[in-house]
Amino acid sequence: MSLKIIVLIKPVPDITKVKFDVEKGRIDRSSAEIEINPLDLNALEAAVEIKEKLGGKVIAISMGPPNAISALKDALARGADEAILLEDNKFAGADTLATSYTLACAIKKIGKFDIIFCGEKTIDGDTGQVGAEVAEHLNIPNLYYVSKIKEVLEDKIVVVSEMEEASYIMESNFPVLVSVTKDVNKPRLPTLKEKLKAMKSEVKIWHAENLADIIDLNKVGYNGSPTNVKKIIIPKEKEREGKMFKDINEGINFILEEFIKRGLV
Amino acid sequence: MIEKKIMIFAEQREGKIHPISFELLGKGREIANKLKAELSAIILGYNIEREEIMELIHYGADKVFLYNHQAFKYPDVIQYKYNIVNLIKKECPEIFLIGATHFGRSLAPRIAAALNTGLTADCIDLQVDENGELIQIRPAFIGNILAYIKTKTRPVMSTIRYKVMKKMEKDVTRKGVIIEMKPEIANIKSPKFIGKEKEKKINIAEAKVIVAGGRGLGSSEGFKLLKELADLLGGVIGASRIAVDEGWISKEHQVGFSGNTVKPKLYIACGISGSPQHLAGMRDSEIIVAINIDPSAPIHKIADYSIIGDLYQIVPIMIKEIKNIKGKKC
Repeated sequence: MSLKIIVLIKPVPDITKVKFDVEKGRIDRSSAEIEINPLDLNALEAAVEIKEKLGGKVIAISMGPPNAISALKDALARGADEAILLEDNKFAGADTLATSYTLACAIKKIGKFDIIFCGEKTIDGDTGQVGAEVAEHLNIPNLYYVSKIKEVLEDKIVVVSEMEEASYIMESNFPVLVSVTKDVNKPRLPTLKEKLKAMKSEVKIWHAENLADIIDLNKVGYNGSPTNVKKIIIPKEKEREGKMFKDINEGINFILEEFIKRGLV
Repeated sequence: MIEKKIMIFAEQREGKIHPISFELLGKGREIANKLKAELSAIILGYNIEREEIMELIHYGADKVFLYNHQAFKYPDVIQYKYNIVNLIKKECPEIFLIGATHFGRSLAPRIAAALNTGLTADCIDLQVDENGELIQIRPAFIGNILAYIKTKTRPVMSTIRYKVMKKMEKDVTRKGVIIEMKPEIANIKSPKFIGKEKEKKINIAEAKVIVAGGRGLGSSEGFKLLKELADLLGGVIGASRIAVDEGWISKEHQVGFSGNTVKPKLYIACGISGSPQHLAGMRDSEIIVAINIDPSAPIHKIADYSIIGDLYQIVPIMIKEIKNIKGKKC
């Protein structure tokens, strides 16, 4: 058995360092280093584990600026066999619909595949929409909030999908898109040797012209995006009383009085 | 003039309507009144009780499109999407709202992509501007920013976070129509539901009181103590990601970016320093109490009341005192 597995990877800025330009309503993405979206590491790990067990090939794919190459090299170090970066000025400023359309076109160019893995959501945009939108563009089923992969067979996968009230066991034939939560596995750390090897490996760059026979350029980038951010603001924290007690008993007494007043006890 | 239409997706599980649906109707009603629009709900399910469907009208819908078929018994994204997309194409609503539940967030993108329309995720507010256009407000970057988003295409689609929109007062005298629709079955193969792995013991998103523990607990033993306090307050246990990753407690208790977003009346954070990811999941709690040995921990910045000290000393006293108070009441 040789499975072809695609992993969608979003290069994101380090969330603890990124700066926001409130006046321009922009996120200054150059203010922080680019890394793989944390939940996409779980998607990549799931793909690599299946490949190691059953054989096959893992292709990591991203859309982003040229400096996203570093994130894809990291994916190669963590077990991807091939990495593709969709990079073009025409792709810039895309919302989730335009992003998912562009990714779906690239996946069509890759050709036949069995599974697409992606993370539940990203730490920057936090929409969780691109995966399911890709599945729709490709007209394949999607499995969502997957916390466990129970079984992978020649032509199907069995997973546990988390709903608020229960965990469901679900099964789908290939091809399928699987979006995973952080509970699905513990992503490996690449060894120094793997890192060095990946540094020398090639990341393929696909521009709009490489997808010319598949893509409708009216549907990509800023112009192809139906949603526009009109402004961003830094939200004010809710007003809090902010009373701090260093004397334990005083603190407990005060808080319990409050609980009684508010009918919590 | 053709009347504008606003439509919401009414989510149900096992015949019971999810409360988010009434919240969508509450917000939908407010917008519909501003735009002088009709408000409808689409509900798909299998043998849902009539009384349950009437609730949608009592909470603000003018019209309910009902789809009854076995295929809708499980949250089957493909079959749901297929029927919803067909109805939207026919009805052409201006706005379509879906609850940002797990199912809603899995279903909405497929509908949006099928219709080639914009979708805004996990909104915490919707406003109508002077041109009668919808502004969708949502947090991003783990709550560090709020983005104001407009959509060029129709319908404007948004998923809405649970427990932020107000539902209307229930009005049993409200009139509306229920329209029984003919379900259509898509001929693309849906994933199969084999069964339930387990029912979840707690649904933390619904809890009124949460007593949460983090790294400062040091072991799973600490959660027994927190459980005692939670039980006394009629609440449940929450946890930070570290406590879950350490295996001290199961993941359905996790609060934060990669866990659950909660909004209880009372959140007591014990031994939780307050990473941005944790705060993103609980900062909207009504009252926040922090118990932490480190006065410089970020959790204190969003707490109403903080006690600086050892939780293993503080929590047992709280338990004892609450028992005393309760004893006096009886």
